[in-house]
Amino acid sequence: MSASTVPDDLRAGARAVAPMLVGVVPFGLVAGATPVAHGLGGGVAVGFSVIVFAGASQLAAIDVLGSGGSPFIAAVAAWTINLRLLLYSASLAPHLARERLRTRVWVAYLLTDQAYAVCISRWGPDDNPRRRVPYFLGAALVLWVSWQLSTIAGVLIGATVPEDVPLEFAVPLVFLVLLVPAITGRPAAIAAAIGGIAAVVGAEAGAGKLSLMVGAVSGIVAGTLAELRWPPATSDVAPEPSG
Amino acid sequence: MSSAWLAIVLAAAGTFAMRAAFLVVAHRLADVPMPVQRVLRQIPPAALAAIVVPDLLRPRQHLDLWQPELAAGVIAALVIWRTRSTALTLVVGMAVLVGLRHV
Repeated sequence: MSASTVPDDLRAGARAVAPMLVGVVPFGLVAGATPVAHGLGGGVAVGFSVIVFAGASQLAAIDVLGSGGSPFIAAVAAWTINLRLLLYSASLAPHLARERLRTRVWVAYLLTDQAYAVCISRWGPDDNPRRRVPYFLGAALVLWVSWQLSTIAGVLIGATVPEDVPLEFAVPLVFLVLLVPAITGRPAAIAAAIGGIAAVVGAEAGAGKLSLMVGAVSGIVAGTLAELRWPPATSDVAPEPSG
Repeated sequence: MSSAWLAIVLAAAGTFAMRAAFLVVAHRLADVPMPVQRVLRQIPPAALAAIVVPDLLRPRQHLDLWQPELAAGVIAALVIWRTRSTALTLVVGMAVLVGLRHV
């Protein structure tokens, strides 16, 4: 029997998302402080972070509630922002085809931009499918704990982030670190270019948080058409070995 | 139940449904047909770019091509492309941004 690789994979996942905490923690402080500032209370702040667990959508829902909107409108605001999670679910699912349902349900609850991004850039035809869930959990649990702790800190002390240190810029930088290696050829480059441009156009046109989805879908369509026009070499699309 | 808690339950139910939509049927997705694989392959570059590019092109919520965030982002992209080092990319990107903001 060989030694379990689970601890190694948990650690590797945790290490992969560690740089992202620079962006997650200040965001969590805001997620904790904002409901309190709107008079909704700390329990609601923690409830959003534990039960919804999706940062931007929490703030959108809290914003609606804080300005007197109905719970249904608040939920619709959250759903709109979270539509992108459908894409992540579709993208990760084939990689977890052999996992038990209970495992996949936990993966679903813990699925975030950051956990998706670090996993999809590592999982492929060459890695061991059995080592995927521990890697995901290492990343996702670090994010979950950081999110809850920073939410609680935000409830207790408010969001006091130094203004002259542009910590929020770590967020695009970290996603950039994952984006660049994802551009593996001409179709991927076209998907990224169209995805980025369409997201900007959508935002300029007033699509708000939906602009991310506008960009992602436009990029997916463009990349798919580009692959039909310039098919990749067969070695790049070898199916995952079964078993 | 207060309206805030109703909003939490509704938001969470819909959000979980979106997260779980494909993962709960993943056992039937072991052999994804090639045309679907072709579409799925586009998700990482398209979605990641849709997150990053607006942050770089409109950091203050309006399109602006002459600002430190875009310059720092372009330099950081070159660093990650050449070195594949996350730490170096973060340090260089932050340093360029802080430097440009103070000139």
